Amino acid sequence: MKKDKEKEQKQEEQNRILLQGNEACVRGALMAGCRFYAGYPITPATEITEVMARELPKVGGVFIQMEDEIASLGAVIGASLAGAKSMTATSGPGFSLMQEHIGYACMAEVPCVVVDVMRAGPSTGLPTQPSQGDVMQARWGTHGDHSIVVLSPSSVYEFFELTIQAFNLSERYRMPTILLADQIVAHMREGIVLPSKEDIEIEDRPQPTVPPEWHIPYGDPGTGVPPMPAFGEGYRYHVTGLHHDLRGYPTTRKEEVESLMRRLFSKISNDLERLQWFDSFYTEDAVITVIAYGCVARAGMQAVKEARAKGLKVGLLKLKVLWPFMRRTVTTILDSSQKVLVPEMNVGHISREVKRVNQGNCEILTLNKIDGTPITPAEILETLEEVYP
Amino acid sequence: MKRVDIYRGWCKRCGICIAFCPKHVLEADKDGFPTVKDLEQCSGCKLCEIRCPDFAIVVSKDEEG
Amino acid sequence: MRETSHLVHKYLRPTMRFPHIWCPGCGIGIFMHALIRIIDRIGYSKDDVVLVSGIGCSGRLPVYVDFNTLHTTHGRALTFATGIKLAKPRLKVITIMGDGDGVSIGGNHLIHAARRNVEIASFIINNQVYGMTGGQCSPTTPYGARTTSSPYGNPEAAFDVSRLVEAAGATFVGRTTVYHTTLLDRLIEKALTKNGFAMVEVIAQCVTYAGRWLGLASPAEMMAWQRDNSVTVEKAKELNETELAGKTIIGVLADRERPTYNEECTKLRTQELKV
Repeated sequence: MKKDKEKEQKQEEQNRILLQGNEACVRGALMAGCRFYAGYPITPATEITEVMARELPKVGGVFIQMEDEIASLGAVIGASLAGAKSMTATSGPGFSLMQEHIGYACMAEVPCVVVDVMRAGPSTGLPTQPSQGDVMQARWGTHGDHSIVVLSPSSVYEFFELTIQAFNLSERYRMPTILLADQIVAHMREGIVLPSKEDIEIEDRPQPTVPPEWHIPYGDPGTGVPPMPAFGEGYRYHVTGLHHDLRGYPTTRKEEVESLMRRLFSKISNDLERLQWFDSFYTEDAVITVIAYGCVARAGMQAVKEARAKGLKVGLLKLKVLWPFMRRTVTTILDSSQKVLVPEMNVGHISREVKRVNQGNCEILTLNKIDGTPITPAEILETLEEVYP
Repeated sequence: MKRVDIYRGWCKRCGICIAFCPKHVLEADKDGFPTVKDLEQCSGCKLCEIRCPDFAIVVSKDEEG
Repeated sequence: MRETSHLVHKYLRPTMRFPHIWCPGCGIGIFMHALIRIIDRIGYSKDDVVLVSGIGCSGRLPVYVDFNTLHTTHGRALTFATGIKLAKPRLKVITIMGDGDGVSIGGNHLIHAARRNVEIASFIINNQVYGMTGGQCSPTTPYGARTTSSPYGNPEAAFDVSRLVEAAGATFVGRTTVYHTTLLDRLIEKALTKNGFAMVEVIAQCVTYAGRWLGLASPAEMMAWQRDNSVTVEKAKELNETELAGKTIIGVLADRERPTYNEECTKLRTQELKV
């Protein structure tokens, strides 16, 4: 037994590699089956484009550098319609340009992964200082009502892991999935052990089980997610960003519009329980719980450890899914803690959500920083000590 | 013998077929729809069919006739 | 079966509502008719054809035809088409754009697609106006023309779309009007069978709006104008600048060979990486 464990540890040490967050993202994408990447250079996401350019052709995939970010996501959606798992990566200014096609992918139900490595904005902002200022943009950036899935990694390994999950969710729900990383997580290097492909669960978009003449391109098979054949496989159908009927043809009839919209929302709203992804530390007896995500969760973890060492009953809830907002998970914390502290590198995006779901039992405190420097463990600890009852 | 079929359900009475028929086979009826005036003159060039934006004219040889 | 009936029944979607949405005498319908005629003549399988469009009157074309059809965002048809062609090279990818769509908001994508040389057959239906939004001036509206957004006359010069795309490196460039049916068919066939990025500029009448500022009331008058103001490439060589003023040069403007992006991808895989 002991020998086995030693062997395992040795093996693990051999598999351990030093990766940058952006590199880990590419590893995750390739393991998830990504075979098409279109991108445009922008700091601090450029390494994803560069590593994709080098690695994707080796696995038979196609890399292309497009003329801008709008074109990048357009090409990604096209490739996905042709059957390839596809992704692009950018930062704030490029993410703004991509909003048009994020909406298109929502409406036409095309799986794709969009990575936004946040840097401080607005506009050209602070290249390249960290920020979490795109949280609301990721949720509401494209026009019109829509649902969206947004994941946020706080470590190099999580960037790898959540990239795989982003592909899985985009394939499962047939919608764009956004990976909201930040400059710190993207540029940081950590030694991590990558799992083997056999240990990873990969999901693919549902395929029709009926012949083409029986296939209804935008019908609801009961899950809210219609099967999606690729172009060129005999299932000829129409794809549009206009409101459409079950066949995909444009419509303005209110019954058809409403049923489409309700189905689009149902894909996520009926599946919220499967999207409660978080890590919690010392939350069972916590008087104050820190709710954080991305690089700030790292500072939060350190602050909580130091506070515990000083005898303060504090805990940490680290969010991996930002949207849909994990109401059930957060409510549990709001019920058990006297106070919640939400440190964020923005003016308060997730704290607004926490306040929204709070039933009044819990005091919500915020710690916001928008000067392009990271929130430090000391700053969080100081606040915790200040407000500790 | 040529045959010219005009599908009034799809025709929008744009007049292109009438204007560019080299043999002046077609004319507008009182509602503006094209109608065959002189089938004898039809050379079967199909220009009316090809230029119809609405797929509303078919020129063919009348096999039955 | 009669030929047109055959084309209609083979290529138009029986589940769509006809007549189509375009105004009486619109040139887009003439182009659509020609496109399916040539696709039928070449003999592509319907499953292998992808028709991609942007936004505007021309954007509504794909929904009527029974191929893999994609109605994208304004100006971006070529970006989607690029992704499709690279992900599945065996597909015949065709884009349909308008002049506002393809040359204004999509102008950057147009020149880069031409430079990049992904095998896409693209058609720009140039009616010199934004039709769907009510007759505003476009980048191909003639200087001085009065439109709903240039009520005192268009202060800007027009793009020569074909020359622009030729300069950007397209391997095939052709221009025709919808009046010139034989040339239209020939250019569509050449573009579809070209191994590389091909663009055909199809001058088409917008009777409702462009006709208004040209002072031409009917579709037939506008097509007669196309007939009377076009000069073939061959004929144009014999004419001087004054004689060519105001004329549209039609025919094959560029036809050359260059490796496509897909070929470069294959070369990279087989020769460099040996995968």
